[in-house]
Amino acid sequence: MSISGLLWQLFAIVLALALAPLLTGWVNQCRAWLQNRSAPPLLLPYYMLHKLFLKDVVLAHGASPIFRFAPFAVFGCMLLACAIIPVLSTDLPFAPAADTIALVGVFGLARIFISLAAMDVGTSFGTLGGRREMLVGFLAEPALLMVIFTLAMIAQSTSVATIVETLAHREFVIYPSLAFAGIAFTFVSFAENARVPVDNPATHLELTMIHEAMILEYSGRHLALIEWAASLKLYAYSCLGLALFFPWGIAQGDSFLGLLVAIPMLVAKLAIGGVLLALIETLNAKVRIFRAPEFLGTAFLFAVLGLLVRLLLESRV
Amino acid sequence: MRFFGEPIEFDKQAGIGSPVWRGRAQSSEAMQAFAVAVHRNHGRLAALWGEDRRGGGDGFRLHVAFGLDMGHAWLGLDLPAERPVYPDLAGIFSAANRMQRATRDLVGISNEGGDQRPWLRHGAWPADWFPLRHDAGEGGGFVNAPTDYDFVRVGGEGAHEIPVGPIHAGIIEPGHFRFSVIGERLLRLEQRLGYQHKGVEKLFIGRNLAEGARLAGRISGDSTCAYAWAYASAIEAACAVSPPPRALLLRALMLERERVANHLGDLGALGNDAALAFGFSQFMRLKEDWLRLNAQLFGHRFMMDRIVPGGVALDLEAPALASIVEQCDGVGRAVKELKKIYDEHAGLQDRFVTTGAIDAQLARDLSLSGMAARATGLILDARAHRTGYTPPPPWAMLGVRPVTDERGDVAARAALRFGEIFESLRLLREIAVGLPDSGLCAEVPPAAGGQGLGVVEGWRGEVLVGVQLDDAGRLARVHPHDPSWQAWPALEHAVMKDIVPDFPLINKSFNLSYSGADL
Repeated sequence: MSISGLLWQLFAIVLALALAPLLTGWVNQCRAWLQNRSAPPLLLPYYMLHKLFLKDVVLAHGASPIFRFAPFAVFGCMLLACAIIPVLSTDLPFAPAADTIALVGVFGLARIFISLAAMDVGTSFGTLGGRREMLVGFLAEPALLMVIFTLAMIAQSTSVATIVETLAHREFVIYPSLAFAGIAFTFVSFAENARVPVDNPATHLELTMIHEAMILEYSGRHLALIEWAASLKLYAYSCLGLALFFPWGIAQGDSFLGLLVAIPMLVAKLAIGGVLLALIETLNAKVRIFRAPEFLGTAFLFAVLGLLVRLLLESRV
Repeated sequence: MRFFGEPIEFDKQAGIGSPVWRGRAQSSEAMQAFAVAVHRNHGRLAALWGEDRRGGGDGFRLHVAFGLDMGHAWLGLDLPAERPVYPDLAGIFSAANRMQRATRDLVGISNEGGDQRPWLRHGAWPADWFPLRHDAGEGGGFVNAPTDYDFVRVGGEGAHEIPVGPIHAGIIEPGHFRFSVIGERLLRLEQRLGYQHKGVEKLFIGRNLAEGARLAGRISGDSTCAYAWAYASAIEAACAVSPPPRALLLRALMLERERVANHLGDLGALGNDAALAFGFSQFMRLKEDWLRLNAQLFGHRFMMDRIVPGGVALDLEAPALASIVEQCDGVGRAVKELKKIYDEHAGLQDRFVTTGAIDAQLARDLSLSGMAARATGLILDARAHRTGYTPPPPWAMLGVRPVTDERGDVAARAALRFGEIFESLRLLREIAVGLPDSGLCAEVPPAAGGQGLGVVEGWRGEVLVGVQLDDAGRLARVHPHDPSWQAWPALEHAVMKDIVPDFPLINKSFNLSYSGADL
């Protein structure tokens, strides 16, 4: 670990905090354009956060400390996730602290807190949302783990940094297993980030919500942290996907030049990813909630196929 | 004439509106027997309301309108002032339940036995004060004392309740829904409405005919043409006036434009509720263009106050008619494209098909009318010919082809809306090119003591307005009846086989009025 490594690590975290709402704004803008609507301002998520931080918090009478603590816990988890994922460089001082399996655990921890908080106040919608979130979560996590196992077998390591290094900086090889894993990862990302076809981030219908139902009782800075955490999660998943499947451009060491290239590469990749996300969301309707297990089951199947292809066909590679 | 061999004499009411026969039951037993006969012959309960006639030395009167094959039978039953009770009709027509409770809350005449819970009275006025009685005064000054409402409880392992509303997350009208569920599966839905009660029926009392027309047009904004026409038709029946042919066709033109506007909006909203926001923005654009042409041609986006007793309040010139035809062509093309997208979208159809299904038998049992009934395969359309029924002018000459669908689910109600848009566009074109030259509005001399019932097929279903004039020719009692009265209970049935997150979609597929039923 070097001083410059530490600085770049800090820079990566600040970059995540700054870029995450922009990515959300960009996806919303693309969605609006694809629906022939005039788009909201790109910076709207920042204005929202600003507004929410200025507002007072309204707490339910029955709220326990869990309810107040959860936004900070969720925000912290997402920030940690963003620190672990090699966004700009693989030489991250924090990266050895947690491997990909721990990363899945960090996401799981955030889920547990938000679900507990949702049930804490005792409203029917919170409980409904918490219940559905756990249903989606316990199906998404195994699929995500299977994807990671496939990649870990290629890289002979579960460290994200090592996986990215292996895939990006060694001799160029096409891995068919990666295609399966990539599809599975995309499915999981949609479910985990409460996007269409599993959830609808734009809905106002209480009875159909998953993520939104859990945070209905939040206000003020608590809501701001949760909204920011949701943006960070989308950013983390996007960066994880880009790092695992399109790792080109991520700097290997902490060379200044490599990092200088990495930043515009990252922005460009995120912009393209945002367009694709908006496109898929626009083309699809939301599935019935009992179809969500099918959707995630398919993701799991693809992940297992990836693993099998790796084991049976690519074992000599 | 008599119906079903029952000993009640009916006379056809005057005017050229929807066919209505008026009769008087001599006893509550005769009324009950008639109701049973109507039910046995697949008739419907169309409306039920009460009237205070003590001013003229009589007691109260219960009005019951039945929907028969050939038209409507409008039955009156006089009740003594001292004890205004009548036998419970909800055992024969379940749709009577809420109407009886509302009648008790407003007029103080009640059903004997059966459900005695209040319906419109949420504690804003005391239980022994009845706003529609002539000696009630202005009211006001009451302490708001909300009472507990006795919801039906569902017990058992894992069963719990989800209360929703009356305040919702979106900007919609208030209504309370009590879901009893196990996990996501719905066991029972019970609605509590009446949050929109604002005393419209009381406002009618003592007004002149023109003021009444303005008020009738404001009962439910999305059905303003249907209400204005039903009111006008009731007045015309009471005063024995026939509007000129051009006026009738212009009314039909406005009613069909209202139908298309609402169907466009609903189809967009159905897409939106399934998270297909693309459909929403496309249909909303079409609806907006449609409403803008309304504003341009009729001076009002929803065409309020353009239908008046005796005829219509404005004329359309040739260029205006040409622009209507042109818009029909454009919208027809666009909707055809969108229908293809909706029909072929696997995700959307997966949400629509089999969701919220009701069958024709249930629709009949619940006295359902209009779009929701046609979506189960019943041919119930006041505009269209059916066995034994000839629609009133101008529909008879337009030859309306009723759209039906057998499936009874959300998909059927969506498909029906598409079908009705195409049919309405055809009618609009036909009206626009064949508008005869005649006067626009007949003189309406108020007939002292006259009464009439107007029936119009609004976009949601059958809109009824019953009118009673006093000796000075002013409005003594007006009862507007929205098809939502019958359709709200149908929604309770429709969700039964489905899961909680499908409710908004099913609800939207009916798109019922709160304001029109709470009055």
